[in-house]
Amino acid sequence: MADLNVTPLNALHRALGARMVPFAGYDMPVQFPMGVLREHLHCRARAGLFDVSHMGQAILRAPGGCAAVAAAMEGLVPVDLLGLGEGRQRYGFFTDAAGGILDDLMLANRGDHLFVVVNAACKAADLAHMRAALEGVEVEEIADRALMALQGPAAEGVLEALVPGVARMRFMDVGLFPSEFGELWISRSGYTGEDGYEISVPDDQAEPLARALLAHEDVAPIGLGARDSLRLEAGLCLYGHDIDTTTTPVEAGLAWAIGKVRRAGGARAGGFPGAERILAELADGAPRARVGLRPEGRAPMREGTPLFATAEGGEAVGHVTSGGFGPSVEGPVSMGYVPRALSAGGTTLYGEVRGKRLAATVTPLPFVPARFKR
Amino acid sequence: MKFTEEHEWLRVEGDLVVVGITEHAAEQLGDVVFVDLPEVGTSVTKDDEIVVIESVKAASDILAPLDGEIVEVNEALADEPGKVNEDPMGDAWFFKIKPEDMSQMDDYLDEAAYKALIG
Repeated sequence: MADLNVTPLNALHRALGARMVPFAGYDMPVQFPMGVLREHLHCRARAGLFDVSHMGQAILRAPGGCAAVAAAMEGLVPVDLLGLGEGRQRYGFFTDAAGGILDDLMLANRGDHLFVVVNAACKAADLAHMRAALEGVEVEEIADRALMALQGPAAEGVLEALVPGVARMRFMDVGLFPSEFGELWISRSGYTGEDGYEISVPDDQAEPLARALLAHEDVAPIGLGARDSLRLEAGLCLYGHDIDTTTTPVEAGLAWAIGKVRRAGGARAGGFPGAERILAELADGAPRARVGLRPEGRAPMREGTPLFATAEGGEAVGHVTSGGFGPSVEGPVSMGYVPRALSAGGTTLYGEVRGKRLAATVTPLPFVPARFKR
Repeated sequence: MKFTEEHEWLRVEGDLVVVGITEHAAEQLGDVVFVDLPEVGTSVTKDDEIVVIESVKAASDILAPLDGEIVEVNEALADEPGKVNEDPMGDAWFFKIKPEDMSQMDDYLDEAAYKALIG
């Protein structure tokens, strides 16, 4: 394990009794002694603290300021970035020439620069991609700050007590906050479907901040296991599983992130990799769609499970891209891709699990309602 | 009580053997969310995969420890798979098997040997 990267919270995870696993090149906690099920439920009922320091943080600057960076980035990301107000964040994705997804990311307008957060596994490729494609833009990787997420209904009260002012933020607001833990870069966002915050903190202050948050009785440390079940119930895509270069944003149900101005007829229509295919799919629909699935019974339908239109015979019509047990749903939940004609809510499909075809119902996402503070 | 290297426990009950998984196995699996049990009356051969345990993390198989016939399964686990984490050595037994040859039990570990195995 000597070749694994560690986050500034590694020693704390171990002190808290975490079970550690390799993930995207990092030694990360998959669960704490509470266990995945209770960690998941704790986050939905109170608040959970997640170490997401493995994710990539970068600052993009240009002589022309944030607008110049936004204009350049619009060439890589089909999102309305020029329309992104100061102190606001948007979800987006890098597309490739075929309309596939290279990575999904968060983009924030921080006044004189753009701040982005990308997935750990794609970090190096994303940085290279931006540096190669963004002319006149300086891409600075932020390698000396940890990133943690505080998620759940108690997050607001807990963080406000330590960092006054965060309670006033709305969903997808971003801000810089001086604190006893140095300057914190905080956004009101997350990936659990719950209200909460993502907090970038100087490396040497990460553990003191995490300990201060965990000192609150409502806050428990949460591992990657529950992070996965929380985001799955929230209907959120995991890069490399639910989205990748073989899926387009329209197929993936992410068209909502593509602003009107970037679509056909918009003032800045197209102009991003794969625009031809993506704009055509926006107009005519994609041949397949990502759907939620509720399997009957209790057997989980995990990633890779082939999906069929009928209980017997026929070829597979799609497959599960994420699946497992949803602790809040109290049953198995999955997401997968199926032909558009079979994607309507209420459609019965069959997943083949250990040689048996088990019924599953196409179900609108998310499986649990989002509780963002809009 | 005897133990397999696959972390099953075997308890002789008259001419039957009750089978479950050890505390160590239950802890390693994490929260169990589904148990797929065999049908009563199934004839099994040692090392057949006869039970699937799904935890929050992954699916795992339980192998038949002996040749014989499944004579009873723990139906309670269908509704309460979490019992496997709560009481793996007691309430959360999986099945009872009527072995063809009780001497197959001699192949398995006693408690001391099992404890040595898991460290």
